[in-house]
Amino acid sequence: MNTLELLELLEDNARLTPEEIAVMLQADAGEVRRAIQELEQNKTILKYMTLVNWEKAGEEKVSAMIEVRITPQRDVGFDAVARRICRFPEVRSVRLMSGAYDLAVFIEGRTMREVSHFVATRLATIEGVISTTTHFVLKTYKQDGVIVEDSEEDRRLIVSP
Amino acid sequence: MNKTWCERINPVVRDMPPSGIRRFFDMVAETKGVISLGVGEPDFVTPWHIREACIYSLEKGYTMYTSNSGLLELRYAIARDLAETYGVTYDPKSEILVTVGVSQALDLALRALVCPGDEVLIPEPSYVSYAPTVTLAGGKVVSLPTGMEQGFCLRAHQVEAAITPRTKILLLCYPNNPTGAVLDRKTLLEIAEVVVAHDLIVISDEIYDKLTYVGQHTCVASLPGMKERTVLLNGFSKSYAMTGWRVGYACGHGDFIAAMTKIHQYTMLCAPITAQMAALEALKNGRAGMERMVREYNRRRHLVLHAFRDMGLPCFEPKGAFYAFPEIRVTGLTSEEFAEILLQEEKVAVVPGNAFGSSGEGFVRCSYAASLEDLGEALRRMAQLVRRRGVRPRVISTPSRHLPARDAGVSAAGGASSRIFHPGRN
Repeated sequence: MNTLELLELLEDNARLTPEEIAVMLQADAGEVRRAIQELEQNKTILKYMTLVNWEKAGEEKVSAMIEVRITPQRDVGFDAVARRICRFPEVRSVRLMSGAYDLAVFIEGRTMREVSHFVATRLATIEGVISTTTHFVLKTYKQDGVIVEDSEEDRRLIVSP
Repeated sequence: MNKTWCERINPVVRDMPPSGIRRFFDMVAETKGVISLGVGEPDFVTPWHIREACIYSLEKGYTMYTSNSGLLELRYAIARDLAETYGVTYDPKSEILVTVGVSQALDLALRALVCPGDEVLIPEPSYVSYAPTVTLAGGKVVSLPTGMEQGFCLRAHQVEAAITPRTKILLLCYPNNPTGAVLDRKTLLEIAEVVVAHDLIVISDEIYDKLTYVGQHTCVASLPGMKERTVLLNGFSKSYAMTGWRVGYACGHGDFIAAMTKIHQYTMLCAPITAQMAALEALKNGRAGMERMVREYNRRRHLVLHAFRDMGLPCFEPKGAFYAFPEIRVTGLTSEEFAEILLQEEKVAVVPGNAFGSSGEGFVRCSYAASLEDLGEALRRMAQLVRRRGVRPRVISTPSRHLPARDAGVSAAGGASSRIFHPGRN
């Protein structure tokens, strides 16, 4: 069985059952189940999640991308500071970037005030953080490969030769 | 008026039956909430980079006629693609003609070749347009029925047996619509031998070539001695999800392409430039996207085959295109009855097999170019109908070891000696 294809299927739809995957990949269901288990155990599969359009659910959320410049430390480089930032539950993602700043930190909060407060009191005060630049998200068009308001429905004729 | 329109209409056209799909289409269109497995086109929209390239070409003002033969750059790209994929070389300047889909290419080829009364051999079940296009060109259709027991594959001896002094053309379409059958190299070589011996021309519609899931597609023109007597037709509709763009092409001997081009220049002038621009982008940068789609179709192919087996419908393993052609005789219904009842009682549309010729009777065509969700739901509903018709679902819960003896790839559902499910493969 092709593990990459298995991952590709699950990344697109985590609700597929091992039986369904087994049929599609011409494998044995037990084999699929074992492969998934192993991928979960060795953390190749990190988590199964649902992509939610919170705006549609009536939940107000404010998110921001914060450019963080930090002083790399001897032996650990950027890792120590990055790992500290990771621990805050408000932080959705942390990535080391090439270019004018070091870390791209995505934050989610309930209000703008909450996010600003977090940046000012938590993030900016971490030792090693030189500066932060906060960019608030105004609108999300596409997220994790999914276009939020996709108008491309099936327009094919219902029967064709 | 002294005469009615009916009297004035060319009898060839007047007496031509409308497509078997048409009547069914009207019926489906009136029913609400239908899941359709009756669609003969990809469920993907054209990849964005192709659409974007077309938009850009419009912005730059590419809105004029092209050469009758099509954009030279596109013809070069087609030649390169064929050379790289099949090792067949065509001169882009004289041996390739860009057309408005394969449909037009086929029409041109037949009109340029067929003299009144010439016989054209067509393996059946076949795509609905072949026979009428031959008739319109003044030719006589000779059907070569292929059944499930032969894996819907044409055999050389069938061609041989059908040949008369008037036989001129063998029209091939593999991977096949509606059966999904492919012809392997060996079978094609045997057919080619007959073709050469009787000095026939092959028109080969290879629109589904890229959608081959088992083995490799054999391009007829790549066989020894066949390039000179083959008119190769292909296009962008299926492999790049570009049905509505209507771009196809014909490749063949320079003299013949020139003849086709003559009809083309008087009746069509050229294929639309915007679509040609998009096709060029597809050939330049479309491979990765196309391969992704093919992988996806292949998974769905396994899914539908498995489902038919489970519901107790014998189904030949389709090795190409995106159709499955299960046999529905066990339900005691004809193709049309089955399709109608399935539509009315379960709101699922499939195409009755007899729409593709009388040898398609007893089968229905199910397209798996549909989303996984739709496919799953449609198959569930289909299984309900099949069960109501008294067919026992034959669930084989533990797929067994590899079993030999399946040369035709036919699986009688639940049969001990043949099956669809190959856990060992891949």
